Amino acid sequence: MSISIRSLSKAFDGHPVLNDVTLEIPEGELVALLGPSGCGKTTLLRIIAGLETPDAGDVLHGGEDVSARSARERNVGLVFQHYALFRHMTVEENVAFALRVRRRSRTEVSARVGELLRLVQLDGHRTRYPHQLSGGQRQRVALARALATEPRILLLDEPFGALDARVRQELRRWLRRLHDELHVTSVFVTHDQEEAFEVSDRVVLMNAGRIEQVGSPAEVFEEPASPFVMRFLGAVNVFQGRVDGDRAYVNDLEFAAPGAAGRAPAHVYVRPHELEVHRAAAPGSFAARVERLVPLGAAVRVELSAPTYGRGAVEAELDLRKSEALGLAPGDRVWLSPRRVRVFTPTPEELDSLTASEL
Amino acid sequence: MSAASRGRRGVLPGFGLSTGFTVLYLCLVVLVPLSTLALRSSALSWADAWRVVASPRALAAYRLSFGASLAAASANVVFGVLVAWVLARYRFPGRALVDAVVDLPFALPTAVSGIALTAVYARTGWIGRFLEPLGVRAAFTPLGVTIALTFIGLPFVIRTVQPVLEDLDPELEEAAAVLGAGRWQTFRRVLLPAIVPAALTGFALAFARALGEYGSVVFISGNMPLRTEIAPLLIMTRLEQFDYAGAAAIAVVLLGASFAMLVAVNRLEAWTRARTGHA
Amino acid sequence: MSRLSRATEALALDGPTEPLLAPAKREPARPTPGATAGGARPGGRPRRPDEDPPAVRWTLVGLALLFLAAFVVLPAAAVLVEALRGGIALWWKALADADALSAVKLTLVVAAVSVPLNALFGLAAAWSITRFRYRGKHVLLSLIDLPFGVSPVISGMITVLLFGAQGWLGPWLVAHGYKVVFAVPGIVVATVFVTFPFVARELIPFMQAQGSEEEEAALVLGASGWQILTRVTLPNVKWSLLYGLILCNARAMGEFGAVSVVSGHIRGVTNTIPLHVEILYNEYAFQAAFAVASLLFLVAIATLGAKQALEWRQRFALRAAARRDVS
Repeated sequence: MSISIRSLSKAFDGHPVLNDVTLEIPEGELVALLGPSGCGKTTLLRIIAGLETPDAGDVLHGGEDVSARSARERNVGLVFQHYALFRHMTVEENVAFALRVRRRSRTEVSARVGELLRLVQLDGHRTRYPHQLSGGQRQRVALARALATEPRILLLDEPFGALDARVRQELRRWLRRLHDELHVTSVFVTHDQEEAFEVSDRVVLMNAGRIEQVGSPAEVFEEPASPFVMRFLGAVNVFQGRVDGDRAYVNDLEFAAPGAAGRAPAHVYVRPHELEVHRAAAPGSFAARVERLVPLGAAVRVELSAPTYGRGAVEAELDLRKSEALGLAPGDRVWLSPRRVRVFTPTPEELDSLTASEL
Repeated sequence: MSAASRGRRGVLPGFGLSTGFTVLYLCLVVLVPLSTLALRSSALSWADAWRVVASPRALAAYRLSFGASLAAASANVVFGVLVAWVLARYRFPGRALVDAVVDLPFALPTAVSGIALTAVYARTGWIGRFLEPLGVRAAFTPLGVTIALTFIGLPFVIRTVQPVLEDLDPELEEAAAVLGAGRWQTFRRVLLPAIVPAALTGFALAFARALGEYGSVVFISGNMPLRTEIAPLLIMTRLEQFDYAGAAAIAVVLLGASFAMLVAVNRLEAWTRARTGHA
Repeated sequence: MSRLSRATEALALDGPTEPLLAPAKREPARPTPGATAGGARPGGRPRRPDEDPPAVRWTLVGLALLFLAAFVVLPAAAVLVEALRGGIALWWKALADADALSAVKLTLVVAAVSVPLNALFGLAAAWSITRFRYRGKHVLLSLIDLPFGVSPVISGMITVLLFGAQGWLGPWLVAHGYKVVFAVPGIVVATVFVTFPFVARELIPFMQAQGSEEEEAALVLGASGWQILTRVTLPNVKWSLLYGLILCNARAMGEFGAVSVVSGHIRGVTNTIPLHVEILYNEYAFQAAFAVASLLFLVAIATLGAKQALEWRQRFALRAAARRDVS
């Protein structure tokens, strides 16, 4: 069942949490709501579930306006971050709950519960209580419970947030494969970029109650629509410069800046892995000094300083092979050439905050 | 009720039923009865009310009630912090039993406490007979009243201070030690500020309870007017004489005073909390 | 093959495979501050920063015990000793006395009416206050705490002012032949006033701390209000509710000041156990007074026992959860 969100706004005690949010999620898609704490993603999820009511706007499930319907009537599956399993009920009773409150027959209930427990591979733990299970197992019970009535929409609120890193990885992959089998329209909330990229079809980036960008993981990474998106999705170097027409200039370096017009101050963003390091000057490069080398396993982070190109440190990332070939050491003088950049003309507030923090 | 306003309060069902019943119950059981109190006492003219409220007998009763309550609550703060400290920090045989015993004054009906205290502190009582040769008389004196009030206020200070002590992070003391503080300094500078707000709360609760206490006190006090008559007993006497208005007037004084006291202690507490930064 | 079983097959082989219970992460237990009251430090190691010297420790423990002995233990012991002075037979005789029995009966009736009423209130108040957002909650909370700041005598007086012959509702009641004050209904009313906060005050912090996630989950899963209450909330709060009931009951049975004002002290009719104790004491029938009082003493002990049991249970559950929590 598709989900349609139109111009949703919500404030808590006068603090706005969602600001005119509009989003379309077609049937069968697995979408991640990604953003920092406080951006409104959990509130949005709860509004879709019916656990919060928006101050303005509509929510449609499968084309039908459900804004007036209570959470009880919407038949969505919801998985909470801290599982919210009924602590005094066994695994079996938890999973059967939705069916029992609808007064389904005992045979139907036990058949369905069996199916679901086999799906999440907890068939042998039917009679255990939540406190006897590990975190990953509890989350699987929560998932089975949510799927009991075959909901057409599945919502997950930071489902793996409370788990160990290893368990998280396993469950992530498992969730993706589950979705590939069941094709239930799913929305899940996370603040972990890697998780969002691994699991979802499309990513919705949110910040301060607004949607910054919607797109596939590749799209949002390669073509970030705003500085926020670019910075949220990974480390980035920011250089102060200006645009003039459709060219951007940082000191004496020149870049293409499609879409810009006129003259204005601008920021040029370069990802660490798109900054090439040379031993000798090359066209389109600038000088820098190696300050520190940080081995990161399969890659090496090179921290450099380039005083005329920003007040802070510049970061480059090289794969191990490249780094060994260059044989860098702290104190070396090198040249950096940006292979790919993104240019943003900031608003006055952004200009202030950026100059204050890191350039 | 629109869906939006319903949602603003929370989506779980039953708001109307639960809140409506709660408010109704509170009105019936609390507000209406209290308002009759205010109305009844207003039946007296100011002059008459003053006569009742400021009579020598009433003044003696206030002095006794307030004085003894203050003394008892103070004693409870001192010993209560001591007991809370001992319970929270030391392990000794019988500790669990002691912990349970602390709640006894709270659980024991006041009439039972009253006769039990009299049995212990009367002239021929278990402790009273030792105090007699020392010239200390407990029964039928303000001292006896104070002892009784200390008894019933005992759990309040202990039970508010104990959790604070138990929840104190040992790392605070370790940090103080590493920085060079001795035990007493650590106690004075690190632990005491944490205890003070809780102790004040306990003091306020013990004081409020002591002010209105009746059952535990009337047996040991002897109830002699102008000497060992507590304010609640005075109210009782007025009622027995069907002087409702007079009784109501004295009650208003008593309530007003404990209310004022509670507000003052709350303020003091908040100020201390703000200054020492403890929750 | 259903979609679900297809999915099950597809996911079967490579599914998550953690063990049921991961080995408990045991951190070395931190010695309690103050440590064992065992005197000499072994092997001359430096004292821990939060330990006190044994002399200090023992002095403080001694003082604390002395204080408690003088103020609590001795009076408690006195009740039992005085009750049994003269032997068990005399004790039993005091209890089997007709007036004593009717006092017991009245006390039980009063408790049987006020406790369930107040339990209902407590549940409703806790549900309203902890599961919804609205202004004015602190007003409700202050009102609920009110009886604790009001002298029992004043509580009783208020009942008389309302329902007495000269009270507000007095004339109406008299006209219809209802006797409230100086009769059993008045005692019930006064007791309800004095004991109504107990269940609420136990439930509210507990339900506040628990949070409403389980109830929200139940709602999303399709449960109605009644189903949520009975299947999710009540099972979760049962121990707090039970303890609140026990406290409420103990207070209802033991209330003295308020009931004394309202009762009329008619032997055998409007005397509860505490009032009967007072009567006996004032007649110098000390042994009988203590004997009847010992009944209430037993109720108090049972209340304390219930409190300890509840605390042990909670501590045990917390420890078990912490040991097994492998998130």
